[in-house]
Amino acid sequence: MTTYVFRRLLWLIPVLVAVSAITFILMHNTPGGPWDRDLSSRQVDESTQKRLNEAYGLDKPLWRQYLAYVIGDVNSKGKFVCGLMCGNLGPSYRVRGRNVQDMLFEPPENKPIWYSRFGYSLRLGLIALTLAIVIGIPLGTVAALKQNSLIDYLSLFIATAGISVPNFVIAIFLIIIFASMLHLVNVVPKDWGDLRVWILPAVVLGFGTLAYTTRLTRASMLEVMRQDYVRTARAKGLNERTVVTVHMIKNALIPVVTILGPALAGLVTGSFIIETMFGFPGMGRAYVQSIQQRDYSMIMGTTLIYAVLVAVANLSVDFIYVLIDPRIRLNE
Amino acid sequence: MAVETTTSQGGIVDLGVMPKGRSLGSEALQRLLRNKAAVLGMIIIAFFLFVAVFAPYIAPHNPLQFHSGQDYLPPAWVEESNSGKSGDPAFIFGTDTLGRDVLSRVIYGARVSMVVGFIPTIVILIVGTFIGMVAGFMGGRIDNLLMRFTDVVYAFPDLLFFIIVMVALRDSQIGQLMNGLFLLFIALAIVNWVGVARLVRGQVLSLKQKEFVEAARSIGAKNPRIMFRHLLPNSVSVLVVSTAFSIPGLIITEAILGYLGLGLRPATDVNQFFVTSWGALLLEGQTAINAQPWMLLTPAICIALVVLAFTFVGDGLRDALDPRMRGTQ
Repeated sequence: MTTYVFRRLLWLIPVLVAVSAITFILMHNTPGGPWDRDLSSRQVDESTQKRLNEAYGLDKPLWRQYLAYVIGDVNSKGKFVCGLMCGNLGPSYRVRGRNVQDMLFEPPENKPIWYSRFGYSLRLGLIALTLAIVIGIPLGTVAALKQNSLIDYLSLFIATAGISVPNFVIAIFLIIIFASMLHLVNVVPKDWGDLRVWILPAVVLGFGTLAYTTRLTRASMLEVMRQDYVRTARAKGLNERTVVTVHMIKNALIPVVTILGPALAGLVTGSFIIETMFGFPGMGRAYVQSIQQRDYSMIMGTTLIYAVLVAVANLSVDFIYVLIDPRIRLNE
Repeated sequence: MAVETTTSQGGIVDLGVMPKGRSLGSEALQRLLRNKAAVLGMIIIAFFLFVAVFAPYIAPHNPLQFHSGQDYLPPAWVEESNSGKSGDPAFIFGTDTLGRDVLSRVIYGARVSMVVGFIPTIVILIVGTFIGMVAGFMGGRIDNLLMRFTDVVYAFPDLLFFIIVMVALRDSQIGQLMNGLFLLFIALAIVNWVGVARLVRGQVLSLKQKEFVEAARSIGAKNPRIMFRHLLPNSVSVLVVSTAFSIPGLIITEAILGYLGLGLRPATDVNQFFVTSWGALLLEGQTAINAQPWMLLTPAICIALVVLAFTFVGDGLRDALDPRMRGTQ
C-alpha cells in the first residue's frame, strides 16, 4: 500500500511538468504582453519595457525561462531564486513586488488564512459540498426506499435538472428571480462577511454535485437492497430500521464517499464562472482576471494549483476505496 | 449482450446467431421509441437542427440589423417593461440594446451550438476509437503511451485548457478560421478523444479474451479483421451512449467560452454561416440583466433545453442498448 501510494504520488511530477510546459508554451504565444496597458491609457515606453523584461528574465530564451520557472535561476542581482520546486510560483507581472503564491494564499492583514483568495474558494466549495451531502444523500436514500413515490420523482427531477442544466444557466435563472424580480439579494455584494450572500453562489455551485450525489446514492441503494446480506439481515429478524441503517446505508455510501474528494476539487476549481458572475473574491475570478491581463505567472500558478488539486483528488478515490471497503484490494 | 437463444437441435446454443426476424438493433430502436423522454429529446434536437439549418428562412428579422428607436423592447406579451416600453408583436422576444431582434439572434445562435455538438464529436469518435482499439489490442508500449497521455489530460482542468488555448491562439491564423470555431473544435477534440480511447480500450481488453475472438482467430482471421469486424461492432453500443452524454458537455463548453468572450467572433455580415452564438448572447444579456432579463433568459432556456434533450436521449439509449443497466446509473 505505501509503495503504491508513493509510486502514484511520484507519477504526479511528470504530469505536472507536462501541464506546466503546455501552459507555458501556450501563454508565451499569446499576443500582447504583460506590460501592455489599455489602449485608452498611457502605454509603457519601450526602454522601460526592456528594463522590465530584463528584471523579470523575459529577455532570455524560452527554454531558459521555463527552466527558471520550474527549477530556478540566478536573478539580475546575482542571487539564486528557487522556482516551482520550492513552491515558488514566481512574481506577478501585474501586482509589483508580490509573488503569485502570496496573492493566492496570503490573507489581507490581520485576517485569518481563510480570507485569502484560495480560502474564499475553498470555503465556497465546502459550503456547496455540504449542501450537496446534507440534501443529496437523504434524498437519494428515501427515493430508493420508496420507489415511484413523490419523493422519488422529486429526486429524479433534481438529478436530471442538476446534471443537464449548466450551473451558470441556473445562476442566471436564480439571479433574475431573486435579485432582479424579488430584490431579495444583491447580485454583487460588497461585503462577503455576511453569510446570507453566500447562499446563492453556494446553491448554484453545489447544485450539480447535489444532483450527482442524489443519483449515485439512489442507484447504490437500489443495488444494495438486492444483496443477499440484506435478505439475511431481514431473515434473522432484525427490525427494518437496523436493516436500513446498518446493513443498507452503510454499504450503499461507499461509492458516494469516494467521489467526495473529486467533487470538492471540482467545486473549488470549477467555480470560476460562478465567481465571476457573483463578483466573488476567490481564486477563480483571479484566474479569469489574470487571463484578461496576460499575467503569465498568475495563469501558470493557478493552472498548476488546479491541476494538483484535481490529480490528488482523483488519486484519493482509489485510496479511500481501499480504506473503507475491505473487499477491494489494490492489485498493482 | 446476452442473447438467449434456445435451439431445438441438440440444444446447441449459438450466441452469434440472432433470433430470426428482429435484429438487436431494431429491438433497441423499439425500446428507445417506447421511452417517452427520449422521444421528446429527439424531437427537441430535431427541432433545433431544423432551426439551425433553415435559420435565414425562419428568422423574422436580420439578426444584425439595428432597428433605431426600437431598442430595449420587452417581449411582445409584456405591457410595460422596467424601461417603460411596451412589447411589439413584430419582435416576439423583444430587442437588445442596439435594437436587434432577440429571437432572430437566438435562431442564428442555434447553428453554433448544433455544429459544436456534432462536428468535434465525429473527429473525437474516429481518433479515439482507432487509438483505443490499437492500444487495447496491441497492448505494450502503445498502450502505455496512451495511458500516460491520459493521465496528463485528466490532470489538466478541461475548461482552463480551453480558455488558455482560446486566449493564446485566437488572433493567429487558425484562430481566425470559421470565426474562431475551428480552433475551438481542435481544442475540444484534443481533450475529449482521450475519454473515447480509454472507453474503447477497456472494451477491447475485456472482449479480446472472449471465445468468439478466439474462434475468429482459429479460422485464420487477421488482426485488422478481428479489430474492425468483431471488436468494433461489439463496442458500438457503449460508444453511442457515451457520445450522447458527451455532446451536451461540448455545447456547454462553447456557451461558457462565449460567455467569457472567448468563443465565436461575432460576424458583421449576415451571409456568413455563423453570426452569433448562445454564449455570446448570454454575455450581451448579462450587461442588461435588470433592464432586460429576457435577453439573458431566451438563450439560457435554449441551452438548457438542448442539453436536457441530449441527456434524455442518452438515458434512453443506455436503457435501450443495455436493458440490464436500466435505472442503475
